[in-house]
Amino acid sequence: MTVIEARSLRKTFGTTVAVDGIDLRVEEGRILGLIGPNGAGKTTALNAIVGLTSYQGELKVLGRDPWTERDQLMRDVCFITDVAVLPRWIKVSHALDYVAGVHPRFDRDKAESFLTKTSIRQASKVKELSKGMVAQLHLALVMAMDAKLLVLDEPTLGLDILYRKQFYDSLLNDYFDGKRTIVVTTHQVEEMQNVLTDVMFINRGRIVLNCGMDEFESRFLEVTVHPEQVAAARALKPIHQRQVFGRSILLFDGVDRNQLAAFADVCTPTIADLFVAVMDNESSPSQAAAQRTYQGAAR
Amino acid sequence: MNPPMNTSSNAMPDPTLQSQAIAPAHVPATRRLYWSIRRELWEYRSIYVAPLAAAAIFLLGFLIALPHHMHGVKTLDQAHKVLDTPYELAAGLIMGTAFIVGIFYSLDALYGERRDRSILFWKSLPVSDLITVLSKLSIPLIILPLLSFAIAVATPFVMLLFSSVALLGSGLNIGALWARMSFFHMSLMLLYHIVTVHGLWYAPLYGWLLLVSAWAPRAPFIWAFLPPFVIWGLEKIVFQTSHFLAMLQYRLTGPEPSSAAAPHSSIMEIISALTLRQFLSTPGLWTGLIIAAAFLFAAVRLRRYRGPI
Repeated sequence: MTVIEARSLRKTFGTTVAVDGIDLRVEEGRILGLIGPNGAGKTTALNAIVGLTSYQGELKVLGRDPWTERDQLMRDVCFITDVAVLPRWIKVSHALDYVAGVHPRFDRDKAESFLTKTSIRQASKVKELSKGMVAQLHLALVMAMDAKLLVLDEPTLGLDILYRKQFYDSLLNDYFDGKRTIVVTTHQVEEMQNVLTDVMFINRGRIVLNCGMDEFESRFLEVTVHPEQVAAARALKPIHQRQVFGRSILLFDGVDRNQLAAFADVCTPTIADLFVAVMDNESSPSQAAAQRTYQGAAR
Repeated sequence: MNPPMNTSSNAMPDPTLQSQAIAPAHVPATRRLYWSIRRELWEYRSIYVAPLAAAAIFLLGFLIALPHHMHGVKTLDQAHKVLDTPYELAAGLIMGTAFIVGIFYSLDALYGERRDRSILFWKSLPVSDLITVLSKLSIPLIILPLLSFAIAVATPFVMLLFSSVALLGSGLNIGALWARMSFFHMSLMLLYHIVTVHGLWYAPLYGWLLLVSAWAPRAPFIWAFLPPFVIWGLEKIVFQTSHFLAMLQYRLTGPEPSSAAAPHSSIMEIISALTLRQFLSTPGLWTGLIIAAAFLFAAVRLRRYRGPI
């Protein structure tokens, strides 16, 4: 089943183009990471998907138009945009009451048993909780909603590493069951690497890379090359090259692993490394050739 | 301060977590509205605290002045007089407090959720903008008037209780004092006033405040009160008239002077629906309601476009 389908999705704010014609298709059971620099249009795209912003082009989420049918859509979709959007005045027990009152598929017991594993007390008000605890509470509410699609926009921004790790662990262990779909943006790319099934890079409102993690691992290879071998390695057209401790690390797209093994050990780059490479190429027109390969591959 | 929860303990999902509660796939709109109104009462406790406080302060004042007033009271008539006048004051005080709370509530209702970014949470739940705005409108239009009515009806009982205690030693027939109090009459008058004036006549005022609250990029108070002021000034300068001001005064003071005199008119007059028919045939009532509906519609549309500020 297709959960999200967008065709030439576009959004402008005055003369600024935030999302510049995105084609997107997310199938059921995927965990898609949306990665891009600040101002790339990630948040705008996600806001369009959850009905927070109007858009041009075609967009269907679970077969509905999010902008005009937000309230019906929210029975099957839930989202966390940004941390600490829970109202500060609300009591934890009241938050549970309210969500249980308005949401048709909210499992209160589930939310409560999740909360018992934290140090959050039901009598507390949100303003008495630490930032990490507010994130835990929000996650507890969202995980008990039994939604088909979960959209997370920087859900762990500003949290310490323990909370972040626990957040993603809970998401994977207690929530993700292979049928739900998750779309997430984050700057902490490295923490998401083994969580994602798909990765998408966005820059200046456009998709610059879109591939599954299986494909990612077979397509992109990284080799650390000794100075004397650099010229030979460059002949294989790496998409990016960087220097670490006097050695060159070359990143290849779609080059045979055996060919590269002649230089040194071959490994899969991290998403963060590939992201930096792609963004470097995007910003320097001199590497236009490399950039072309990318966008060709992104299709 | 508080350590994050133990990650190892929840690595294995509880068996209880796996059980899917069989919940209805649909929540009726009335239930969503009900919870949204309760939500407002959690957030704005002044909705019930302020009228209660007004009643409490009044009762305190009454209690302090009671020995002075009751001094030398020999007849039931005199005792009755002690109770009668302050009761109208109490009702006025409670209603006035509720009115002021209603104004400040309405100005903050759709602005506060944008200011504290919680709109992002509310919008993530299956509650439409219409239900949200209706729940917020019902506070000044229904909840506050009914609450202040209940408090205003309960207040004279407490007053009478105080007076009875004060008169215990005087030899007056306290039972007769209770019998002479026309609770039913007073309550009915009050209810009539509340429904017609606070519920219907003031609807466009609250509609306007909610609209400003939904729209204002900041300082909704100024945006609510500046435009009427500018219109009044412009009209005065350009046309040398003050129709707009007269219109506002008409809106604020109520539909008919007879309703102000209502406490002295007979109960039958009210029930005979003469006054009611007069009220319902006031054109200002219906134009007011149409304007209120237009403001409301605009506020609902605006909320869809609005995000945190």
